[in-house]
Amino acid sequence: MAKVESNFKNMTLTLLVISLVASAALGLVYQSTKEPIAKAQMAKINSAIEAVVPEFNNQPFEESYKVEVDGGELVFYPAKKDGQLVGTAVKTFSKNGFSGLIELMVGFLPDGSINKVAVVSHKETPGLGDKMEPSKSNFSLQFEGKNPETFKVKVKKDGGDVDAITASTISSRAYCDAVTRAYNTLKEGGKK
Amino acid sequence: MSQLKNFTKGFLQENPILVLVLGTCPTLATTSSAMNGMGMGLATTFVLFSSNVVISLMSKFIPDKVRIPAFIVVIATFVTIVDLLMQGYTQGLYEKLGIFIPLIVVNCIVLGRAEAYACKNGALSSFLDGLGMGLGFTLALTVLGSIRELLGSGSIFGYKFISGDGILVFVLAPGAFIALGYLIAIVNKIRKA
Repeated sequence: MAKVESNFKNMTLTLLVISLVASAALGLVYQSTKEPIAKAQMAKINSAIEAVVPEFNNQPFEESYKVEVDGGELVFYPAKKDGQLVGTAVKTFSKNGFSGLIELMVGFLPDGSINKVAVVSHKETPGLGDKMEPSKSNFSLQFEGKNPETFKVKVKKDGGDVDAITASTISSRAYCDAVTRAYNTLKEGGKK
Repeated sequence: MSQLKNFTKGFLQENPILVLVLGTCPTLATTSSAMNGMGMGLATTFVLFSSNVVISLMSKFIPDKVRIPAFIVVIATFVTIVDLLMQGYTQGLYEKLGIFIPLIVVNCIVLGRAEAYACKNGALSSFLDGLGMGLGFTLALTVLGSIRELLGSGSIFGYKFISGDGILVFVLAPGAFIALGYLIAIVNKIRKA
């Protein structure tokens, strides 16, 4: 069978038809995956919140609010049990990491002390900076139950109370930076 | 017989990574663990055989001068479909692979097969060619990922059997080059034997 000739009309028509069919197909897939994508993202945030605050029975995701600070955005998720505030999960960040942005989820109790800290995402060196993940070392456990009012959230090298990860002072500093940012913003009126 | 050969040539004789050495960018970047390598391989496989089939069916109606843009639109459509599906159903893997999913569009294996094979052959042969090439790619990525995960973090498919760290360089970029180099050398030896 002879090939279609490469003249202007044929070329325009072919590309037009292909693009139309392609965009229709994409629209269809987008529509049908919209809901699962939103669900998956919500489930991920919900599990991060559950990991850092005490038991709650409201929908922190729907009551969340955002605060702009230091060229970024902190997201506050108030966790309530029977209408009573039991803690606030704060999604915080630091730009001082060894490579790229570090995002943490810090859970504060209503009195301002830290309940637990979880890592949302980071790009630190495997085997060194990635020890900030609770599954890889005990580094993050030292923050539990501490109140930043009395516990200086800085590595010992900088005159604070935090034991840095061996050979990862930069990652440890960034971690402290993110926790401090969450605490300060919460204190300044992040509380609602 | 020849249909079977279309399918199996991608595994060893014309393996896209280990023999043709195409698409090394996603290969080196995503194989830090066996699971990541396999996920990336399967996503590419889906794009490969779907775009191969569609292109082989359409090739007679596409004027020669606009065939590359037409192929790219078809490939990009399938990549976006994979991207959306993975985002919805395999969130964890999607986040680990990150930018490399949309980058399948520019993977030279996909356009290479479209240009060199699918536009000259029938739909069934093209489907088998795409499937074989894709699975060969997946095999290479999974083996490379397993080696790196095994040496680098002492685990395989996330199942850890030594405590502590392995030889960290294998999880990092230089380890990818070293492991791929040895793997290609071994495959060359086997192929010529």
